[in-house]
Amino acid sequence: MKHLVILGAGTAGTMMSNHLAKSLPNEWDITIIDQRKIHHYQPGYLFIPFGTYTESDIVKPVKKFLPSRAKYIQKPILNVDKDKDLVNLEDGEAIPYDLLIIATGTDIAPEETPGMAGPHWHKSIFDFYTLNGAVKLHRALEEWNGGHLVVHITEMPIKCPVAPLEFTFLAESYFHERGMSDKVKITFVTPMDGAFTKPVASDQLGHLLKDKGIDVVPNFNVMEIDGDARKLIDYEGKEVSYDLLVTVPTNKGAKYVERSGFGDELNFVPTHKGTLQSKVKDNIFCIGDATNIPASKAGSVAHFEGEILMENVKRFIEGRELKDEFDGHANCFVETGHGKALLIDFNYTHQPVSGTFPFPGIGPLTLLKESRMNHMGKLAFKWVYWNMLITGRHIPFVPSKMSEAGKNFEEVQS
Amino acid sequence: METTIAGKQVKLNEQGYLTDLNEWSREVATALAAEEGVELGEEHWPVLEYLQNQHKQEVPLTIRKVGKSGIVDIKGFYALFPGGPLKKASRIAGIPKPASCI
Repeated sequence: MKHLVILGAGTAGTMMSNHLAKSLPNEWDITIIDQRKIHHYQPGYLFIPFGTYTESDIVKPVKKFLPSRAKYIQKPILNVDKDKDLVNLEDGEAIPYDLLIIATGTDIAPEETPGMAGPHWHKSIFDFYTLNGAVKLHRALEEWNGGHLVVHITEMPIKCPVAPLEFTFLAESYFHERGMSDKVKITFVTPMDGAFTKPVASDQLGHLLKDKGIDVVPNFNVMEIDGDARKLIDYEGKEVSYDLLVTVPTNKGAKYVERSGFGDELNFVPTHKGTLQSKVKDNIFCIGDATNIPASKAGSVAHFEGEILMENVKRFIEGRELKDEFDGHANCFVETGHGKALLIDFNYTHQPVSGTFPFPGIGPLTLLKESRMNHMGKLAFKWVYWNMLITGRHIPFVPSKMSEAGKNFEEVQS
Repeated sequence: METTIAGKQVKLNEQGYLTDLNEWSREVATALAAEEGVELGEEHWPVLEYLQNQHKQEVPLTIRKVGKSGIVDIKGFYALFPGGPLKKASRIAGIPKPASCI
């Protein structure tokens, strides 16, 4: 038997195990390793602080979504010995592989910023990138009497780069509904030079922020947080005061990547952006948030990568040349509050554009423009996630490579 | 667009970044730096060289990466290129605006 091992049973790992179970030749067995028992629907974290979802809405057992052909080892990983083709587990067991797929994603690292993970963590400084953080933030928001809410991005790259903006929009909507608008001031603080990473969408989203009375503090690279005085301080000495801070801490890849000696400075795995083969060794591939490729860290990206990775695993096994085809395609709903959302679609070379999706000229979803239909789409996506995306079923009408029909393009300047 | 910097014909994109690193020279860098309000001294060159090398190896650049390079720490990087160190230093180094914000 030959061994294919997947590290990580999140969105990308679970999806790949299902793809592979269907098409990997019989002489291969499939093992998937992760320490978790529960699979989180991570896009749902965003809705927990506002009470739209509760914890039970977004968790299900990991095993429920794994194919019977895959063996699940629920244990922490110590490291990967790339020279011996072994995955070492923390309990001393060693799992050999012929082909390894790394899909261990990214996690927040509040300890990277002085003053963030201290006594004020989850008291006046919150995250919503973990279930625990989102639940605690929900309680804090329910009890809050108003003041200055600062939504903050520590440094790029982060998982789901639109989430902080969505949080900001939803917070504005939440306080409006609670009749607290006059008691709350919201400021969006970012290390980027605008609201989003791509200029066209940044303009559009920047206008939305302005219309909703939300201030933006751009080009702010936080150096430390003074939790007692409740202020953010950046490397140039600029300060932003807050009453309640909702931050997206530094995002890092899994610690075992660092222990394996092949991650970059944030523990992301150097990966070829077109083939998804790692630059670590030929028989190691990487997918989803764990890679260092210049695409968004998002479930939709992992989904689109899945198709190319399947093809390349097949080609690698057969000793054929890999397909250098992944185009960085991302497709994200952006909640804008008050029951509306917009949708963005972009890749390595094309900026988010206006137009319709998925059918050219028809929609029903509108790109880069607010609508109620988009919001319904975002909520419906939870069903798509559990039933189609991670189970590796084809999602109709949404190809992995970005379609150019029905969209108004502007090339990315390089 | 084509323009003349330090007596040399170069091509810049809309945001004023060189589109061809081969057109870069120390003189061009000095002129671009002046536009950014930076006067280049001894300490700037190793940083610019580091950025160019990383770019040639297709390594995505971040402020954190520069801070861990051993050439300059983050505070020092800000001191050398005040305002937006990575954006300014990339422009002066003749490499594209960092695409690390994704």
